[in-house]
Amino acid sequence: METMKLRGIGKKLLTIYPSNNVLIADLLVYIPAVILYCCYLKETSTKKKIASALCILLYPSLILIDYGHFQYNSVSLGFALWGVLFLSYDWDLLGSLAFCLAINYKQMELYHSLPFFCYLLGKCFQKGLTGKGLVLLIKIAFTVVASFVICWLPFCTEVEQILQVLRRLFPIDRGLFEDKVANIWCSLSVLIKIKNVMSPQTQLKLSFAFTFLTLLPACIKLTLQPSLRRFKFALVSCALSFFLFSFQVHEKSILLVSIPVCLMINEIPLMCTWFLLVSTFSLLPLLLKDGLLLAYVVTTLAFLTVCATSFSIFEKTSEEDLQLKSLSLSIRGYIPSFRAFPKIIKSLFIVSVTLMGILTLMSATLTPPQKLPDLFPVSVSVVSCLHFLFFLTYFNAIVLWDSRNGRNQKKIN
Amino acid sequence: MAAAGGSGGCWFLALALGVSLLKCLLIPTYHSTDFEVHRNWLAITHNLPVSQWYYEATSEWTLDYPPFFAWFEFALSHVAKYFDQEMLVIQNLNYSSQATVFFQRLSVIFTDILFVYAAHECCRYVNGKRPGKELLEKPMFVLAVLLLWNFGLLIVDHIHFQYNGFLFGLMLLSVARLFQKRHLEGALLFAVLLHFKHIYIYVAPAYCVYLLRSYCFTENKADGSLKWSSFSFLRITLLGLIVCLVSALSLGPFAVLGQLPQVISRLFPFKRGLCHAYWAPNFWALYNAVDKTLAVVGIKYKFLDPEKIPKASMTGGLVQEFQHTVLPSVTPLATLICTFISILPSVFCLWFKPQGPRGFLQCLILCALSSFMFGWHVHEKAILLAILPLSLLSVESPKRAGIYLILTTTGHFSLFPLLFTPPEIATKILLMLLFTVYSFSSLRALFRKEGRLLNWLETIYLIALVPLEIFCEIVFPLTPWKLKFPFIPLLLTSVYCALGITYAWLKLYVSVLTESVTVRQKAE
Repeated sequence: METMKLRGIGKKLLTIYPSNNVLIADLLVYIPAVILYCCYLKETSTKKKIASALCILLYPSLILIDYGHFQYNSVSLGFALWGVLFLSYDWDLLGSLAFCLAINYKQMELYHSLPFFCYLLGKCFQKGLTGKGLVLLIKIAFTVVASFVICWLPFCTEVEQILQVLRRLFPIDRGLFEDKVANIWCSLSVLIKIKNVMSPQTQLKLSFAFTFLTLLPACIKLTLQPSLRRFKFALVSCALSFFLFSFQVHEKSILLVSIPVCLMINEIPLMCTWFLLVSTFSLLPLLLKDGLLLAYVVTTLAFLTVCATSFSIFEKTSEEDLQLKSLSLSIRGYIPSFRAFPKIIKSLFIVSVTLMGILTLMSATLTPPQKLPDLFPVSVSVVSCLHFLFFLTYFNAIVLWDSRNGRNQKKIN
Repeated sequence: MAAAGGSGGCWFLALALGVSLLKCLLIPTYHSTDFEVHRNWLAITHNLPVSQWYYEATSEWTLDYPPFFAWFEFALSHVAKYFDQEMLVIQNLNYSSQATVFFQRLSVIFTDILFVYAAHECCRYVNGKRPGKELLEKPMFVLAVLLLWNFGLLIVDHIHFQYNGFLFGLMLLSVARLFQKRHLEGALLFAVLLHFKHIYIYVAPAYCVYLLRSYCFTENKADGSLKWSSFSFLRITLLGLIVCLVSALSLGPFAVLGQLPQVISRLFPFKRGLCHAYWAPNFWALYNAVDKTLAVVGIKYKFLDPEKIPKASMTGGLVQEFQHTVLPSVTPLATLICTFISILPSVFCLWFKPQGPRGFLQCLILCALSSFMFGWHVHEKAILLAILPLSLLSVESPKRAGIYLILTTTGHFSLFPLLFTPPEIATKILLMLLFTVYSFSSLRALFRKEGRLLNWLETIYLIALVPLEIFCEIVFPLTPWKLKFPFIPLLLTSVYCALGITYAWLKLYVSVLTESVTVRQKAE
């Protein structure tokens, strides 16, 4: 009798709060992380802080995927954000703990693991491997191992169980890509059918090779000269490399790249807004399938309006604002006509946004021709992929040509 | 936003665009029977000749707005046929295809442009004593947000579904015109508004007295009192002409057809009960509550005979006449007399001591509130009639800001029972929190130097709304009383808000009357 009553109460609760659960998870983990991060940004006015927080919270993709498509991504992303927040205060242990929690919640967070590792390793090296650095290294290693053990304890009964969990987490048997993703392999398959040319083993090795090749430079630079700013840029470039070149990537993995980009919205507003718009656009086929077209259009317009009014992105397009001063100085030596940089960037942005708008309209209203049923999803993927390659070069350029290191410059977070 | 301050109107457009996008997001939410009401009216006006409009009764939702609104629906129906022809068939009761929902919601969002324009006009006439500060702290900006993003208007118009946006736009625009001393335009706009929705007759006394006193009498004596010799026949003739012209345009066709009695009976259905199924939080809600308590106490202590008490409960969900058990029953005439008596002081104030447009606005708000307090069959949505004009006064004086906060928070909270479906719970709580937090923080920042806006008693009252909401929405459905007394959450909400609204009404009245006394003393 009692159990029946409890079950009845439980059912009632579920009917009252079906989709409100995600909101609760958001409120507990993700939103506090965003607000605290913006509160403690250094050298920004209160207004900029509020504007940053607003823009980050209004980021369309996370809202659409978590509430529309229905997932709980904000928990793992929130934990990763807490990790970044703690690291910016030099609370390395808490930061590593938060990040381990993020990984154990969703293994996609492994995309961020290399920058965390390299940054902390670089810090240890800086402090000297014989003294304080070694102590720090041991403490971090212990924290990581302990948190993994605690999380995996229920599954550690047999080796077979652990292997099964790993097999489920990393489905290598599924193939190079599934459906239409804004990823190199999917875009290349328009020209060459990679799946038919190479065996699965070679595919695995090829994607491994490309991924690590593209993220190594940034990681090495981060280990040798760790600074918080470089760490954040490395988060973006590593996650983007993984997204573009890795195995069995879902289009939702773009969220892992977007959240670190959101963190830099008050430093390079134009490029961040541009990237975030493209990332939402790359999810269009998925959103159309879920019937989220109206929500997509409205949230994207709202996001663009808020960013445009808060950060006046169209005025800040010089090289200095795009953090490319050192790179452009070196290029200007070779190509004198590089002076029209702001205009080029502005026109590229407008062309890109118009293109995305047109493709959205076409995907929503027109039916594709019989011979090419996947015309619109594929074009969305290819366009997004090209944009992402451009951003990959951009973010890597910032990390590699950035001649500032954390010691003798004024602290810019 | 600092950079956007340089481009003046940019922030207003951004606010308007932002709220329109939010309204688009609310398109797929729950809509009430009012949706079917308007679909039915689209069908009636599209298919039938004018002579049949006020006689058609296939659906229970007959046409009960004045003719201008019927013509408005007629115009809309010509656009509707491109969305879905089926919605225009009268027999398709409760037809709500996706295209229908999309069209109707879009029409509300589109007609809100008038409200945006009116808000823009009102913002220009806000008197900010502290100019030149940052944009977010300017009275203009605060007023724009309080008007454009008003929570009550959002949920009533864009979720529950009604067309209040452009009607309030007309009212605010007429107020703005009176502020600009364009009296004839203001009068015209109000006359038109009356023929769109006759509920605005509640504030007609304020308009009549103000126009008579401050427009028809062109001058005042030195001490501010009436100068009878300055009466202008031309002006009163013009006003009369405007009103007659508008009425002729609206009611003329029906007078010619001899249908006026039918139209009047449709517009003023006095067969309905004193209170709606959910009691609007006015004086009669408190009256009913006292009556019920006395009845319960009486039965318990054997003062009353249980056989003589009627079984039907006032909150049974049916809209019908009923009798009170202990206290005397209330007739429509009694409510009319009460309303009349309650608006007299404010109207006298406006006549004997006019303080220009601001005095008129105060009188308008008091008329709206008094009619809300004592009217017959008042809807809880009518509280918006008082809240929106009060926003104009709230950014100018800290006293008004305090009253505004109490009235708005309780008024908005009393609208909660309109949205009772589970998915809307989170939406309404979030939007309410956003609006309330913003109104408190911005008004407090605006009047930082004047001390606290609310005293401790008022603050406690407002904070107690949170546990009340938790009880009504979460705790009560899980208790065994839900089956026996299903109306308890509605009763509690209604009575609790009635206390707050009555308090705000009395406080506003007292402050307006004492202000006019001090003005008179200063003049003497």
